[in-house]
Amino acid sequence: MAAVLDPSGRLPAAFTTPRTSSFADFLSQAAPELLPGRRPLPLGVTPDLSPHATTIIALSCAGGVVMAGDRRATMGNLVASRDIEKVHSADAYSLVGIAGTAGVGIELVRLYQVELEHYEKLEGAMLSLDGKANRLATLIRNNLPAALQGLAVVPLFAGFDLDAGDAAKAGRIFSFDVAGGIYEETGYDAIGSGSLFAKSALKKRFRPGSSVEDTVRLAVEALYDAADDDTATGGPDLTRKIYPVVMTATAEGTVRLTDEQSAAVSESVVAGRMENPGG
Amino acid sequence: MAMQFYASPEQIMRDRAEYARKNIARGRGVVVLSYAGGVLLVAETVSVTLHKVSEIYDRIGFAAVGRYNEFENLRAAGVRMADLRGYSYDRRDVTGRALANAYAQTLGALFSEQGKPFEVEICVAEVGTTTEHDELYRVTYDGSVFDEPGFLAMGGQAEAIANVIKAADRTDLTLAAALHLAVTALASVGGEGGQPRTLAAINLEVAILDRQKTGRSFRRITGTALEALLAQGNGARTAAAAAAAEPAETAETPAPSDAEPSTDDLAADAGISPEEPNEP
Repeated sequence: MAAVLDPSGRLPAAFTTPRTSSFADFLSQAAPELLPGRRPLPLGVTPDLSPHATTIIALSCAGGVVMAGDRRATMGNLVASRDIEKVHSADAYSLVGIAGTAGVGIELVRLYQVELEHYEKLEGAMLSLDGKANRLATLIRNNLPAALQGLAVVPLFAGFDLDAGDAAKAGRIFSFDVAGGIYEETGYDAIGSGSLFAKSALKKRFRPGSSVEDTVRLAVEALYDAADDDTATGGPDLTRKIYPVVMTATAEGTVRLTDEQSAAVSESVVAGRMENPGG
Repeated sequence: MAMQFYASPEQIMRDRAEYARKNIARGRGVVVLSYAGGVLLVAETVSVTLHKVSEIYDRIGFAAVGRYNEFENLRAAGVRMADLRGYSYDRRDVTGRALANAYAQTLGALFSEQGKPFEVEICVAEVGTTTEHDELYRVTYDGSVFDEPGFLAMGGQAEAIANVIKAADRTDLTLAAALHLAVTALASVGGEGGQPRTLAAINLEVAILDRQKTGRSFRRITGTALEALLAQGNGARTAAAAAAAEPAETAETPAPSDAEPSTDDLAADAGISPEEPNEP
């Protein structure tokens, strides 16, 4: 932070030197201590010290994508948080969800949001959807040393591709691994401890080109199935009124379902399971 | 050691100021104006891609006149400062005042320490919850900062442009009316024989900071949206002129008796005038 608090009050040289339009690159020069991957870590693997975020799913639909995440964070066998938010808009047309170490994940999402906005402001144009996904992969790659010591974080990225010629193919989903590998997925994907069960549910029920409403319902159903079999994933909490975070990215931009909308979908899913627990 | 000609510090500063001012005055004008729905930034320009008006942060906009490479460098530095501050603290902790201060310190240092001053004049505009809370800062080539409530004009013949806006009634301006006023003011100078020019949408760069919007409030108005807005402003004006032809005509001439909040502008102008070249 020395760079921000220059005693003379001038803009420091690091600010006025022409460089790339990446905020992370700028931070590495001006304030490297603010980058998540740059901190020295003690030896040894200590995975259960910090809260973990769990299941995120993304599905393509007619005219865009839907992303949904449960609200639970766990620390070993404890529930660390009941209402954590793991799905965020990365910019006006893309969404990012995180699974893994919650603290690092939330920091990474903030950094990524600034990264995209920073580029857009400096260049006067938005990155392409593939460009955005590649930037996210780079940020994840920088976190590899921490990941190997138990502070792994894996994102799921989805967005509306403004350059897509065909509107039906504009909703795209990318998954990542801890080493920064990037994989484009077709149809749907899930990450986190409950992803196995969510994907099994989606495998039977996913239909390409469904409407946004149907896809939102399908996403909440899949999260219910994940919570059903994975203790680290939280289902809709009707007593505390805590519902999954559901967001969409379409030609109109990213929208988060209001609590009322999410509550209505969740209540209808739970009501359905009262009659048929298997869905 | 070679003998050097003596030049008094006063002479050096005056030469630098004159150099910067002359080059800034050569450029086209920029008007920044508060209206009911936000802050309007209008620049007269020849290029649609080399921006004079741009976004810095959620509620902060930037406008500049002068040498493009120099103000572009300052703009990028401002974006970096705002993003770094917002990332290390919170988005609400990024303020226009801090940015104007940083620009002032930077330009002031460049003016007194470097051989050549920056030939730029910049505006940092922050939209508030009401027009009274809007903050418009003008930072000049020598690092002077002026807080100008309501509106400001920069570039060639800025004073003449400002006088047109000063004379107009600016209470509860709509976006179309504010744009019309800004364009009228910009077009009032530089015409043949003192005649007002006509500025088309292609010659204008227009953006707003939207008061109602949460998050990033900066929005460019381009293409057909801009043409429609310009036509709307012209239409409203001809209708008003038809309704009351005489009063509309007299309102155009600058009336010093008008109780406009212009004292700060006069003070700002007075702040610059001592540096006017005092040639024999």
